[in-house]
Amino acid sequence: MAIERAPGATCAVPIGDHAHVLLAHGGGGRLTNQLIDRLFLPAFGNPSSHAHHDGAHLNLGGARLAFSTDSYVVRPMFFPGGDIGTLAINGTVNDLAMCGARPQFLSAGFVIEEGLSMDSLHRIVASMQAAARAASVAIVTGDTKVVDRGKGDGIYVNTAGVGLIEYPGLIAPASVRPGDVVLLSGDIGRHGMAVMAAREGLQFESNIESDCAPVAEPVLALIDAGVTIHCLRDLTRGGLASATVEIAESTGLHIRMNEDAIPIREDVRGACEILGFDPLYVANEGRFIAFIPEAEAGQALDILRRHQVSHDAVAIGTVSDRQGGLVTLKSRIGATRVVDMLSGEQLPRIC
Amino acid sequence: MRFIDEYRDPEAAAGFARALRRITTRPWTLMEVCGGQTHAIVKYGVDELLPPEVELVHGPGCPVCVTPLELIEKALEIAAMPGVTFCSFGDMLRVPGRTTDLLTVKARGGDVRIVYSPLDAVKLARENPDREVVFFAVGFETTAPANAMAVFQASQLGLKNFSILVSHVLVPPAMEAILSSPESRVQGFLAAGHVCSVMGYREYEPLVARYQVPIVVTGFEPLDILQGVYMCVKQLEEGRAEVENQYARAVRRDGNVPAQLLMREIFQIVPRKWRGVGEIPKSGLGLAEPYASFDAELRFGVANHTADEPTECCSGRIMQGLMKPHECPAFGTRCTPEHPLGATMVSSEGACAAYYRYRRLTVPQEEKAVQHGN
Repeated sequence: MAIERAPGATCAVPIGDHAHVLLAHGGGGRLTNQLIDRLFLPAFGNPSSHAHHDGAHLNLGGARLAFSTDSYVVRPMFFPGGDIGTLAINGTVNDLAMCGARPQFLSAGFVIEEGLSMDSLHRIVASMQAAARAASVAIVTGDTKVVDRGKGDGIYVNTAGVGLIEYPGLIAPASVRPGDVVLLSGDIGRHGMAVMAAREGLQFESNIESDCAPVAEPVLALIDAGVTIHCLRDLTRGGLASATVEIAESTGLHIRMNEDAIPIREDVRGACEILGFDPLYVANEGRFIAFIPEAEAGQALDILRRHQVSHDAVAIGTVSDRQGGLVTLKSRIGATRVVDMLSGEQLPRIC
Repeated sequence: MRFIDEYRDPEAAAGFARALRRITTRPWTLMEVCGGQTHAIVKYGVDELLPPEVELVHGPGCPVCVTPLELIEKALEIAAMPGVTFCSFGDMLRVPGRTTDLLTVKARGGDVRIVYSPLDAVKLARENPDREVVFFAVGFETTAPANAMAVFQASQLGLKNFSILVSHVLVPPAMEAILSSPESRVQGFLAAGHVCSVMGYREYEPLVARYQVPIVVTGFEPLDILQGVYMCVKQLEEGRAEVENQYARAVRRDGNVPAQLLMREIFQIVPRKWRGVGEIPKSGLGLAEPYASFDAELRFGVANHTADEPTECCSGRIMQGLMKPHECPAFGTRCTPEHPLGATMVSSEGACAAYYRYRRLTVPQEEKAVQHGN
């Protein structure tokens, strides 16, 4: 790993970078990765942390555990298809599932802004309760802090979770092999556009709802059926593009995708066209990609399609034996281009 | 999706490519004026389908890119003032000033907001009478009517806390500046469809007559661009120079007359500086005298500020079609989206941004063959 940082163990501030944290440092693109590679990993990295993966793989008293955490800062806290509570449960459940683990126990930490209506808090807690039940996880510990009015967006939620890894092998980018088929669990772009529309008060002809949902069930079904799984990745911040580019870069292998094969709902495409967004980079909260050996890809698709959350799963690409760590996309008109990671947030265009 | 997929149809694209190959007998250099067209060309690989004789060079039609540094500096200064809510379209936020950008002003506590319409800024001004709400009115003729409407509404409502920082530029004077340059290689233009949906295309007729270059009003989808290139090359091969309209589904010869009337009411034609190019006479819009009280430059006392532009950035030459982004020595090294030297690297319509995002990593030749064979 190439790490650029100032000399001396006490100061790990990257040289020549931004003097202030920008929103894009949390956007899931290049700047987020720089922050992880240049600041967090040098400080905290260890062999079990599996950098750039959704969770850590731990061996504890003979048990193989997956451990993951995430903080949720969505604005608005209620949006079509979910709220910050459902996100906080499903997000961490999905991170554990991406490690091949059965999610079991979650913690819940609340940072609440003074003045939040009790009614909103009740709704959020009720959503968390329902989401936890749906994902078969127990919330077993928690914490509450209240900050001064004006110091938070109503509420921030952090969840951490552990689960037993049920997959016998290692589900990680390092396991990806040439010939693997890339399966996508359903249509993309709904969560990001639903939140954006709710936040900015944009009216589209139809109501775009977030895809927020737990995806552990279809993943565990793949494991139960004995399907070989090389890598799983949920398509949250940075979307499908960032997830595939990260995996291509970390494995050094070439991923080919077919734009035509990637399902995107009409209303989501329309909203993206209007705002100048590329749906490949828009966030999802109930979608993942799976890298499966070609011989088992058909069986894997059949299994995924039996579950509601991955009912529309499709094969969108393959891993080639060519080196170079690139993702290429065959465009709709038949030309081929490279897919790159975004360097910052997608910003709506002028015209 | 209807009205989108039809214009991205691979078989129709291949058909246009074949037709173009049939009529092309020698090299031609065409300029697509609009940055939106540049992005579509690079994103969908439209240029890969063209015969090798036809070269596309990228034009100045990116409003973010041509906004001069001194206006960016004025925006940054106003946005950092206490009591100001500074509203902008999203893609101005990353454009570098001398030392900072609007996103950084926001990170340091400035009230900088992304809006989707200038009318949202008017609404903010109404709802927050104790704040000075400033809208960064950037753009070509495409955005001018909506910005004019914002000023008109603010005037009707008697709003005293709303103003706009105007950076409006006009396309035909820029095309004329390119044509009259002795260095220019441009033999035909794909004119910007959206600009023409407002302005029509009468104003190109004198240009065609004076410089004998074909101008084809062209849309933004891959098939629009292929057809625009076909129409332009056909004229060149036949020795014609006319204004033709490929984008007939959106553009009429007279354009949108009510929008033009509103623009004329609110704005007047002024000389404007273009980033990297310099001042072009009669190439922009400023507020007309009766609406001068809505001018943020006057209100915040920044009208006389100037700023020299960095010499290392080649965006001026790139936007005049004299150079391609990857030919710039700083491209991808000293100039990246994280640390841009100029606006073309960060605007969603900037040519350098398009090359960085879609062309920085080259697709291996064998890979193209594999995928085309699929």
